[in-house]
Amino acid sequence: MSILVVMEQSGGQFHRMSFETLAAAQAMASTLELPVYAAVLGRGIEKLASDVAAYQLQHVYALDGAALAQYTPDAYVPAVQSLVQRTGAQYVLFPHTYQVRDFAPRVATRFGTVLLSDVVEVRCSGKGGRPVFVRQLFQGKLNADVEFTGAGPYFASVQAGAYRADQLVPSADAAVVEIVAPEVDAASIRSKSEAPFRESARALDLTSAELIVSVGRGIREKENISMVEALASAMGAELAASRPICDNGWLPMERQVGSSGQTVSPKVYMAIGISGAIQHLVGMKGAKTIIAINKDPEAPIFEVADYGIVGDLFDVVPALTEEVRRVKGL
Amino acid sequence: MKIVVAIKQVPARDSLLRAEGSWIQEADLTWEINEPDAYALESALQLREKNGGEVIALCAGPERATTTIREALAKGADRAIHIADDGVDKLDTLGIARVLAKAVESEKPDLVLTGLQSDDLGYGQTGVVLAELLGYAHSTIIMSVEVEGSGIRVKRELEGGWYQNIALPMPAVLTIQSGSSKLRYATLMGIKKAKSKEVRTLSLSDLGVSADPVARISRVYLPHKSKSTQMLEGSPKEQAAKLVEKLRFEVRAL
Repeated sequence: MSILVVMEQSGGQFHRMSFETLAAAQAMASTLELPVYAAVLGRGIEKLASDVAAYQLQHVYALDGAALAQYTPDAYVPAVQSLVQRTGAQYVLFPHTYQVRDFAPRVATRFGTVLLSDVVEVRCSGKGGRPVFVRQLFQGKLNADVEFTGAGPYFASVQAGAYRADQLVPSADAAVVEIVAPEVDAASIRSKSEAPFRESARALDLTSAELIVSVGRGIREKENISMVEALASAMGAELAASRPICDNGWLPMERQVGSSGQTVSPKVYMAIGISGAIQHLVGMKGAKTIIAINKDPEAPIFEVADYGIVGDLFDVVPALTEEVRRVKGL
Repeated sequence: MKIVVAIKQVPARDSLLRAEGSWIQEADLTWEINEPDAYALESALQLREKNGGEVIALCAGPERATTTIREALAKGADRAIHIADDGVDKLDTLGIARVLAKAVESEKPDLVLTGLQSDDLGYGQTGVVLAELLGYAHSTIIMSVEVEGSGIRVKRELEGGWYQNIALPMPAVLTIQSGSSKLRYATLMGIKKAKSKEVRTLSLSDLGVSADPVARISRVYLPHKSKSTQMLEGSPKEQAAKLVEKLRFEVRAL
């Protein structure tokens, strides 16, 4: 029995969430008293594998092969499947990335089970106990405790920010790195991926903004955005938005904050009419101070807010703009 | 081109949700199509308009899901399959995917489209599991689809504002991203026509699927706050004054 962490890398760089997932595995391992294994997939990845070996874990598998040089689900699924069989892992953890969402459910299906995706916490009661996986429902409005009923292996993916990479336990002795040739038939790869691209050169860098005023669905109409723009300009803040606003073309894509936009950590982030779906939260929860203005007192945004105003943004925002102008003598 | 669109009915987005035991109180909820599935339907209708063929809406859900199916037909789906069974709610993702796979198998479509995730459970994997069960190629978080020769070329969203084009053979399963196109409304004519369109109703026993769940929810509850939030009360004017004071003297940002 063991806990296997499937790390994600691309172009020789680990996805930061890989380390958060490793931290989750270490936390589980200490209660369940199980060894942790890590796996890295790709080509020419010995260096990455030896970097992981510096943490407290039992064994690192480097699945190194030409078929894994570029990500495709048809190569990753059998590669991870055979590794799970080979290690006999009881728990298989992934970072909940877009790539994992693409292939991990297929792996779980091959074992006749499901992937408990986007887990925010794993509660373990002790050695031999059945862990409880905590997930969010309804875009973060409610939480659910979920348990596996069968015999395992159990698959789960860990939400961004749920565990802290800086709490990883290092090890004095490097773990053993084993290079494994993946059992993948190149002829079975059905898809052909082209090089990643960006829609347009990103002109606006929100990551260096000190103050951000961000607007979401609650604004209802494109015409109303100017009201929030007035507040941002009075505060000297950058204007940002959640995904639906940019999808509608009400603000340019370069102002989008969230998993598909920019990740920001300003001094102040003011979320106006943003309910706080996880895809948005991962882009802004690193802000020092978060202010939420929303008409729904149960909106998930209030869970991460330092200051909250429950109210109609069409009343609150103009009042706020006026007050900011007054104190700044504008 | 034959396209199956798997859609799910979920509580309306602005519903007030109350946790109850291992689920929520469903009695007074209003229900609607899962938003990402609405985009999957839209993509399917656009593909048919461009390439010809047929769009079949597929939905597993209790009796109430009929309204969502009718809406899909009114928007332009040619016919529908409704796996109408109260037992559907007790299935996990794998069980649902098995049921959908059975229904898809008999249709032999070129494409199966569905939303990238559901707004209720949010596992984001029904489409991928369905692809595995059917043995189809798949791709996820898709922004646009073009037919190219005997296959398709899709634009897949990556993280942090990156995209990637991928060529796939058919048959394939695609999970569609929300906001990838503009949703159409059902026209009066569409609503009228929908009444005469075929809806095939199947039960779980018709499909021969009886899957014991491999994972189960033991409790649903309000999340614990990760921060202690200072709520600012009063009239909008008072709330604004309080917030500005906090911003000046506690946060020191103004």
